[in-house]
Amino acid sequence: MRLEPIANPGLARTTLPPALALLATFGVAAVLALVAGGNPALVFGEIVKGAVGSKFALLETLNRATPLIFTGLAVSVAFRAKLWNIGAEAQLYAGAVVTAVLGTGALPWAAPALLPVLALAAICAGALVLLVPALLKTRFGVDEVVTTLLFNFIFLLFVSYLLDGPLKDPMGMGWPKSARLVAEARLPRIVDGLRLHWGFALALICAAAVWVIDTRTTLGFEMRAVGQNAEAARFAGIPVTAVILKTALLSGGLAALAGYSEVAGLKGALTLDLSPGFGYTGIVVAMLAMLHPLGVIVAALFVAAIFVGADAMSRNIGVPTYIADIMLATALLLMVLAILLTRFRVRRD
Amino acid sequence: MDLFDILLSASFWAATIRIASPLIFATLGELICERAGVLNLGIEGIMVAGAFAGWVAVLNGLPLWGGVAVAMAVGMALGAVHSVLSVPFGLSQHVVGVGLTLLASALTFYTYRVMLPEVSSPPKIAAFQPYEVPLLSDLPFFGQALFSQTPLTYAAFVLAGLVALVLYRTPLGLAVRAAGESPAAVAAQGLSVTAIRMGAVIVGSGFMAVGGAFLTMSAFDSFFFEMVNGRGWICIALVVFGAWKPGKALLGALLFAAFDALQIRLQQTPMGALVPYQVFLMLPYALSILALVVMSRRAEVPAALMVPFNKGER
Repeated sequence: MRLEPIANPGLARTTLPPALALLATFGVAAVLALVAGGNPALVFGEIVKGAVGSKFALLETLNRATPLIFTGLAVSVAFRAKLWNIGAEAQLYAGAVVTAVLGTGALPWAAPALLPVLALAAICAGALVLLVPALLKTRFGVDEVVTTLLFNFIFLLFVSYLLDGPLKDPMGMGWPKSARLVAEARLPRIVDGLRLHWGFALALICAAAVWVIDTRTTLGFEMRAVGQNAEAARFAGIPVTAVILKTALLSGGLAALAGYSEVAGLKGALTLDLSPGFGYTGIVVAMLAMLHPLGVIVAALFVAAIFVGADAMSRNIGVPTYIADIMLATALLLMVLAILLTRFRVRRD
Repeated sequence: MDLFDILLSASFWAATIRIASPLIFATLGELICERAGVLNLGIEGIMVAGAFAGWVAVLNGLPLWGGVAVAMAVGMALGAVHSVLSVPFGLSQHVVGVGLTLLASALTFYTYRVMLPEVSSPPKIAAFQPYEVPLLSDLPFFGQALFSQTPLTYAAFVLAGLVALVLYRTPLGLAVRAAGESPAAVAAQGLSVTAIRMGAVIVGSGFMAVGGAFLTMSAFDSFFFEMVNGRGWICIALVVFGAWKPGKALLGALLFAAFDALQIRLQQTPMGALVPYQVFLMLPYALSILALVVMSRRAEVPAALMVPFNKGER
């Protein structure tokens, strides 16, 4: 078989494959639900109810989407420049560590001064964590996929060490958990009485900012040019190495904000289970959004809804929550295929 | 016990070879994929699936080698998914690989929960036992270090020789290597680059799964969620470290395993007790990064690695 580009894809060509991919994802999930002895209609119903069926559920979904917007943006910024950052997990924890270190009383400031400083410090930490693999890539030609992946393991062990020693909460009853943040370091709720903090708003603002950078600045143009063809970009006079490093700083900083927002907003302390793989899920979010920053918001809400809904469904009818992970991985693989099929036709030789 | 005592103990070398075995299987699998031109980042998930599949097959009454065969078949099936997406469709090998790792791990954990709901500790199987090679195992020191291993360990070393033989001494191996270096030349010979690459990914993925199965069927006798714990990513580093050559990759795996065996023993020394245990656990990953940095500059990367091939396109 071979692939033939389609000159003018019509409406059906551009919408049908992605729709079929989503349909097939739900088909796979239905089969898996049957295997586990659950009625697919009931399983899906419970997932929807658990994700958006009540005010509590909806807020839970928005809270879960918050870190995913940050990591999704981090991945989409990097992937667009073909910087394969699979290390958003480590960068997230870098932001979380800095927030916990500086937010537990080290800086005796009022909230309006403290919160932005914490955010900036977190951004710097995450940017530095990704800068190392980016420099190894540009200086030594080391593939960043493997290094960023390996850094995830190293950094999680580092966090485990911190929570065992220097950052251990003396009142923590032996749990691997830091002391709680001071009140001034906590992101307030957007509306009194509703469990949704300003981290969500910050995520939306960041998505808009990335969109502006993408479409309205030279850096955005350069990042896309490097991603599409680094050789051509170099030939056109774009400083490719500098662009890759800038991309790394931006991507790492965005991922770190996920950690900042989880610690300062949701949890109020650093824990070892702060992220159930938000960094990796960010890849799914970014791909489902076709690397578009505003699409990331939609994709993160969708992914968060599936996770939150599957948790509730599993509590009620016992089908394992891992069905959510399977659905998202299937959606990821089928969606990249579907996007290809919107532009190419399969021909037999 | 100091460093010298450790290095002179047969149990240290026996542990090194044991720790190296799963890495050898999976590194050879990845090496085959990459020599044909496909980076297979599904390795981590395939190892998880293989570890579970082999174990659960034995748990359900299959003999041990039957479990290995089941693990291999599961790995090949997952490799088939990767190869369809990455070869004829030419999709990003990074995205397909990470996606496959997510899918294979999630499918494994889901199946585990469906088959064994609400178990606190997973059941055990009667794993592979050490096989004392006649005569050789009676040798002083070497007998205990090298020739009292489980059959699956011997198989890993035999496989390394076989892979080298096939890659360098057979027309099939030449075709695989050429598919990763100069696919257009392969196509000009009337061979199908697509078929060669897909075959390499499927077979390579089968070996990765056997590497995973080693963990549940030989190193331990049960399945845990965090069992593979980044070994797949380390194998990717080992392929680079071994300059895409089976012999060097085998040495790399042994060297790496020796460090791992050493850090476990150093943890138990009075000196080691002063250092946080996390530092020791970081060493394998840090070492892999270091190996990548050192080797990347002079490694001979297959020229067409990660380059999709579309016949008739120039």
